[in-house]
Amino acid sequence: MEVIRMNNLSYRYPTTEEYCLKNVSFSIQEGELCAIAGSNGCGKTTIGNIIRGLIPSFHGGEIEGTLEIFGKSSKEISADEKAKRIGFVFQNPFTQNSGIKETVFEEIAFGLENIGVGREEIITRVMDIIEMLKIESFMYKHPLELSGGYRQRVALASIIVQNPEIMVIDEPTSQLDPKGTEEVFEIIKLLNRQKKTIVLVEHKMELVAEYADHIIYLNEGTVLLDGTAEDVLANEILYKKNLEMPQVARLGFQAREKGLMIEKVPITMDGAVKIFAKYGKCVKDGGGSHGES
Amino acid sequence: MENLEMRDVSFTYPGGYLAVENINFFAEGGEKIAFVGENGAGKSTTAKLINGLLKPTKGEILIDGVSTKGKTTAAIARNVAYVFQNPDDQIFRQDVFSEIIYTPKYFKVNEDDIRKRVKKAVKMTGLKTYINENPYNLSYAHRKLVTIAAAIAADPDIFILDEPTACQDRRGIQLLSKIIDRLASEGKLVITITHDMDFVAENFDRTVCMAKKHILMDDETSKIITNDAVMEKASLKRTQVSLLASEMGYDGIITSEDFLDTIMGSRKCPV
Repeated sequence: MEVIRMNNLSYRYPTTEEYCLKNVSFSIQEGELCAIAGSNGCGKTTIGNIIRGLIPSFHGGEIEGTLEIFGKSSKEISADEKAKRIGFVFQNPFTQNSGIKETVFEEIAFGLENIGVGREEIITRVMDIIEMLKIESFMYKHPLELSGGYRQRVALASIIVQNPEIMVIDEPTSQLDPKGTEEVFEIIKLLNRQKKTIVLVEHKMELVAEYADHIIYLNEGTVLLDGTAEDVLANEILYKKNLEMPQVARLGFQAREKGLMIEKVPITMDGAVKIFAKYGKCVKDGGGSHGES
Repeated sequence: MENLEMRDVSFTYPGGYLAVENINFFAEGGEKIAFVGENGAGKSTTAKLINGLLKPTKGEILIDGVSTKGKTTAAIARNVAYVFQNPDDQIFRQDVFSEIIYTPKYFKVNEDDIRKRVKKAVKMTGLKTYINENPYNLSYAHRKLVTIAAAIAADPDIFILDEPTACQDRRGIQLLSKIIDRLASEGKLVITITHDMDFVAENFDRTVCMAKKHILMDDETSKIITNDAVMEKASLKRTQVSLLASEMGYDGIITSEDFLDTIMGSRKCPV
């Protein structure tokens, strides 16, 4: 079932003259993990803001075209309903932290308190999320004392706890170390398995290649590519235009450019290992000849 | 500046949290060094110790052999620009130009030099079209460049860039590589704190890997990235190219270029 549909949408911020989205159309199915990918300034975050309703309600600006969510025009969905059904994790966790709660536990509970959930239920739900995100060790710390990476996890926890149907997540790992990044992506995958629709704004293409079912690739405010991870990330246009792509995919095109005619451009590590295997030192073929002489 | 030395430096935050312990580190002007390691390893604390925002609770920091003990943060910071992880902690002026010109003006640099420095900073960071904008109208990635431009205009001997590639796209990262190269070629010491191992592999010959308040390893980048035990301890992940190379039996390769040169120079396996 289609859960989000954007039709010929164009948008310009109140303080700029140029449109940052131009005739953008796409559709996202229920339960998809859909990545909005592309370079900086291409409109990724703006799309996230539009889906969540922060545009135009908070940021203003001029908007043309239509957006349908849950089969209804976005305009007909109240701010209240959006807040409940669409979760939004900010790119910058420093922006999202409420700033008024003194412990991580209370920070995560804040959203539930606001909508009047009972005390016992709040405690259970917050504890479940704390366990899921492995943040027990700092649940009694002050949110403002945390490092960027920890704050990012708290920001994610604060939204997951509210159990929204759609989660818009804007670059959730920009401040995390590689291990923390992988953990966060495993959490996102887990949420996705629980049938949540995830709209992930992300430019780390290695991660997108590994996790996304569907990629909408933007460039300069328009949809450049829309399809499966394979269709989008192994597309030569990305290499020609010097745009973001997984390191192994770029390596594939570089190899071809140097005259090494690999049959397919890989997008993930596993794919790359298969494709490049025959150029190895023959360690893996069991043929007896080990290493260069 | 000729060199920077940290001698047995430890730091305990008021309240008792020990953030770094017995750090020994020596670097010379013209070097570019990556600081990597897990969240909470003590990288940012080390940076703040170098620029004097924090004072060692044990040990000392020497610049050209002279201890910084007893010097004020203002005096040390004149020589060490620390570009914050979060640009919003740093930016405080209403437009990009005022932000960039602030420090040299504050240091009472003469008009001519100010003009030159600002021009250079703007050119290096590609911010010309945004010069009159309010920094908060720009993207996070551009705001980060504004803070780097402000550091360039301050013209210190040591630059510490905290997570400069966070939220930068490919073009932004290529620009950062150029900026870092240029600063190092001018004799500046450029210390870059980052989680971006691709960026480290392509740009830094030397890497300092931190874990749990200590320096775990300080060596050539290729030796660190291909050392699985160290990478594991520091919660880091090897780059795709280095993993691929190892998987294929080529050790010590961390850049795409070296990888392709190596495999294309090799013989094919019999099918």
